[in-house]
Amino acid sequence: MNRNVQLLWNGLIPENPIFRLALSLCPSVAVTTSVKNGLMLGLAVVFVQVFSSCTVAIFRSYINPRIRIPAYVLIIALWVSVIDMILPVVSPAIYKEVALFVKLIVAFAIIISRLELFASKEPFVPSFFDGLGMGIGFLFGLCLIGAIRELSGAGTLYGFDILGFRPLMVMILPAGGFFVIGFIMAGMNYIEYKLTGKVPSAGGAH
Amino acid sequence: MKTLRLVSLAVAVAMLLLASMPAAADFALQGSFEKDKSIKLFFGMPVDESWANNKANYTVYDKPDPDIIMPVESIALDPKRTTATLTFKEPLNQKSEYVVQVKDLTSEGKVVGSGTFSVKKSQATVLLGIIIAAMLINNFVFTKYLGLCIFFGVSQKKETAVGMGITFTLVMILSAVMCWALYSFVLQPLNLGFLKIIVFIGTVSIFVQAVDTILRKINPFLFKRLGVYLVLIVTNCIILAVPLLNADSNAGPFESAGLGIGAGVGFAIALFLMACVREKLEVSRVPATFAGLPIAFIVAGLFALAFLGFSGLM
Repeated sequence: MNRNVQLLWNGLIPENPIFRLALSLCPSVAVTTSVKNGLMLGLAVVFVQVFSSCTVAIFRSYINPRIRIPAYVLIIALWVSVIDMILPVVSPAIYKEVALFVKLIVAFAIIISRLELFASKEPFVPSFFDGLGMGIGFLFGLCLIGAIRELSGAGTLYGFDILGFRPLMVMILPAGGFFVIGFIMAGMNYIEYKLTGKVPSAGGAH
Repeated sequence: MKTLRLVSLAVAVAMLLLASMPAAADFALQGSFEKDKSIKLFFGMPVDESWANNKANYTVYDKPDPDIIMPVESIALDPKRTTATLTFKEPLNQKSEYVVQVKDLTSEGKVVGSGTFSVKKSQATVLLGIIIAAMLINNFVFTKYLGLCIFFGVSQKKETAVGMGITFTLVMILSAVMCWALYSFVLQPLNLGFLKIIVFIGTVSIFVQAVDTILRKINPFLFKRLGVYLVLIVTNCIILAVPLLNADSNAGPFESAGLGIGAGVGFAIALFLMACVREKLEVSRVPATFAGLPIAFIVAGLFALAFLGFSGLM
């Protein structure tokens, strides 16, 4: 397989930021009460991840390793500020619900960990695909959780009424997000156990 | 939604703690906010129903503009006839001061006199409201899902949970105040509000580095245990969320510190509770696919359900 495609695939399932690496859990519980919110924040993360990865990949030879963390944080903060100004113009209604979390992308561990582990060592093109893969994996995770919670909690999907009733109110309450992620993680562990015959070790949780 | 909750909680606390209001000469007359559209009056004696239900007897206005009289929509007198609740058409601004004039107060058929007093909330009440709201009702971990990374990372042992909780609370309060100062003295006067994300994350990083250096000297034992996570405080969303929330709500220095205390203590409580459960989980038989994080998530979900109960505090 082409390496770039592999990098994309890698971020989607084998190293999915939410379910496998267990990174950046806060937004994955908080904004996923509906698919729309998840999609919005996911797109913002894809944007920030791709642009930060590219920026770091370009400037990696100029960044002194001793001050790399502050430098990465500033690069991320720069792109977050950009997306934070773009989103309210593009879609003010949804932005209102995810505003705090768009700003908090700065503190998402997934982005800085990809910069540290990948973009600081690799050239521009692989960094771009790694960033894109991780971003899309994150987007996928957010949308999946959002879909499960919206369908079971409100009976709708992307705002359209599907079921016509509300099977499980608890799912759109704060607690629901924790339950959904817990069960999806367990489900993925179970699938991997069936496929490979061994129980995978728990994620890092940072 | 959040500010509404904060405000209404603060009102509930106000009911308990309200400092005595200036009263008219010969009878006790007090008032306090109730809900977002009502003011509750305490007469200190039984008043006549016909007098109490006459809207013309009350004049209420916002202190800064005495010309705009608030229209009273309905009056509810309690069975003992000592307190009445005035409901207004417009929601009241709980942060400002309202002046209430009561005309010809009538008790047992006799006119006792008129009185004027003001209704406002004291600073301490507001602060306590903010702290309790951030700590329990809007607990940052269980209802806003912030700081989960650290929450799941450090909550394996009670000992580290307590240490982390204390360190985090201290860092949180100080950085909230510092960010407030930077925001209101530097960013706002220069119209650089859009830089707040970059400035806040920078301030927090520098401050955490400072705490790291100091703790290394003062308490090497605690540092050995928390050193790794101390650096991780920077990636804890709560520490960034609190200054951002403060900036959005234009909070003053004490309110900023109050939100910081509430967030810090709330986080410490969540960590400690979680650590207690996870210590038990260590020795219990969890299905292999649930071991580790999945079961921790489900426990956190149960805690979140339990914390929903605190919303009744309002």
